[in-house]
Amino acid sequence: MLGEQIIKGMAVTARNFFGSYVSKERLTTVQYPEEHLAQKENTRQFPFLVYDGDDWEKGLRCVACQICEKECPPKCIYIVKSKDKKPDYKGQMQVYPATFDIDISVCMSCQICVEVCPFESIKMDTKFELSTADRFGGLLLTKDKLAKSNSYYQKMHPQDAAESDAVIAAEKAKAEAKAKAAAEAKVKADAEAKAKAAAAAATAPIAAPAPTTPPSTPPPAAK
Amino acid sequence: MFDKLDQIFVTALHWLVSFVPEAWRPLASSLICIAFILSVFPAVFSVTTIFERKGIGRIQNRYGPNRVGIPFTKIRLAGFGQFIPDGVKMLTKEDIVPRAADKVVHFLAPVVMLIPVLLAYAVLPFGKNMTVTDYDAGLLFFFAVGGAVELSVFMAGWSSRNKYSLLGAMRAIAQMVSYEIPLILSAVTVVMIVGSLNMNDIIAHQNHYTFGIAHWHVFTPWGLVGFILFFIASLAESNRTPFDLPEAESEIIAGYFTEYSGFKFALFFLGEYLGMFAIIGLGITLFLGGWTSPVSFLTWIPSYVWFFTKLMAIVFIFIWIRATLPRLRMDQLMNFAWKFMLPLALINILVAGIWHYMAADWQRWLVCSAIIFGAYAILGRGLMHNQKLGKRIYHYAE
Repeated sequence: MLGEQIIKGMAVTARNFFGSYVSKERLTTVQYPEEHLAQKENTRQFPFLVYDGDDWEKGLRCVACQICEKECPPKCIYIVKSKDKKPDYKGQMQVYPATFDIDISVCMSCQICVEVCPFESIKMDTKFELSTADRFGGLLLTKDKLAKSNSYYQKMHPQDAAESDAVIAAEKAKAEAKAKAAAEAKVKADAEAKAKAAAAAATAPIAAPAPTTPPSTPPPAAK
Repeated sequence: MFDKLDQIFVTALHWLVSFVPEAWRPLASSLICIAFILSVFPAVFSVTTIFERKGIGRIQNRYGPNRVGIPFTKIRLAGFGQFIPDGVKMLTKEDIVPRAADKVVHFLAPVVMLIPVLLAYAVLPFGKNMTVTDYDAGLLFFFAVGGAVELSVFMAGWSSRNKYSLLGAMRAIAQMVSYEIPLILSAVTVVMIVGSLNMNDIIAHQNHYTFGIAHWHVFTPWGLVGFILFFIASLAESNRTPFDLPEAESEIIAGYFTEYSGFKFALFFLGEYLGMFAIIGLGITLFLGGWTSPVSFLTWIPSYVWFFTKLMAIVFIFIWIRATLPRLRMDQLMNFAWKFMLPLALINILVAGIWHYMAADWQRWLVCSAIIFGAYAILGRGLMHNQKLGKRIYHYAE
């Protein structure tokens, strides 16, 4: 009969109306500033700089190679190289960024800087509540605001952080092995040189130069 | 004690008027009444907008507005302060008049909308002794004044020089003219039974009790059908879903007020809601006993409380319907008015006549109910005839 379906429809809406007061599961709204949804593993917002250890200035992985600055499509990265050097995680002396600014009002979150970085030092952050009253200074992130610890990264993106940690560990192991090999080679060379010198001293008084130097390897690991 | 509380506004009016010299008293009295209408009903309107948004939100399993409370404090009032910023926003927005518009008519349309709507309140009884003008032809006055709303709608649509506005205005005229007939014919039954066009006489006819239950007209077969017809027609008259074709947002932006902004838009909005309250108030007066209580043991509750409770209950049903039913098509709208509501209203007039002339016992209940039920079934079948109601088949989109 006419009107039956209208009654049925009204019953459905009434059920929803009262149900929304009774069961919280019906309400899908998240009361945003107070409540937050858990972020997805692949959330990406703006880049940040990773540092190891506790001191962000000492542990910053960035070596100011400026690849990201050159690759950045909207040119939002600004890097000034330092004059002095500091040891990186491998103990190798490297320049570091004296200035590292990212203007997030220009950044388009393309993640190209992350992809081109050979030092695992720039990664994507998940922070999104970046609104500010100062649209110039407030949106220009300097080095101290960009630096975030590796443990923060591990917590935020466990999978990617594990991969990046593995790369760094492999690099470190390789560097150590090389250093070890170099040290051994040096010891050997030294011994050989010594033996040669001794032999030379024994046989001829003329010095025999050009000892076999090891290939250009970093100095022995400091740590 | 309760009588005093019931008459508190009437006594307050008399007390206020007593300060004025004798000759000026009628004028002072009417000015105070106008101030009362102009303050109370827009306040009800502002609260209704929140109820509407919150109610529809809950029906769609959302919270609805729940942030804004008292300004400059942390008190939220569950969002019931929302109407203050809404109102401020409306009043401070830029008033844009299209260059091609007929400026005078464009300016006048919202005013012409609001004035008849406010005039209609003059004859509505809000409570015991609380009718602004106890007019003998009150019902006639109400419909005469209500008919002027169509003029303003067409003025708005025509003067905007916008195809959407004109389409909306033409739809509005077609719809309002079609639905005014069942609206008035369903009200005629009450006039037939009561024998008076005076609103207070109509209420007095319903204000007596048998076994503690009131003699509201809605509790009779002709009254029930009359009320349902009146309710549907009033939905259409106040341009509410499912009859919101004149302002269908998804088809013609906002219909006749597409080209209105700022304060004029607010006036249209206000006029529409005030028109809705007025027509609901009339429905309450005609069929739901006006300010009377439904059961005799609750008569101590003040009469104006009953009136506004009934008003808000019907407004809630309006909101409920808005959240449930989709918009009708133009042909469905016309079919429904002319092929279903008009014949049923005419049959209902016949039934009211039979009810009046038959002896007051169970037989007239049986006869009247049978006629109405038969008519409903047959007309309903006629309306559904040739309607393919089923799963929709898409021929091209898949």
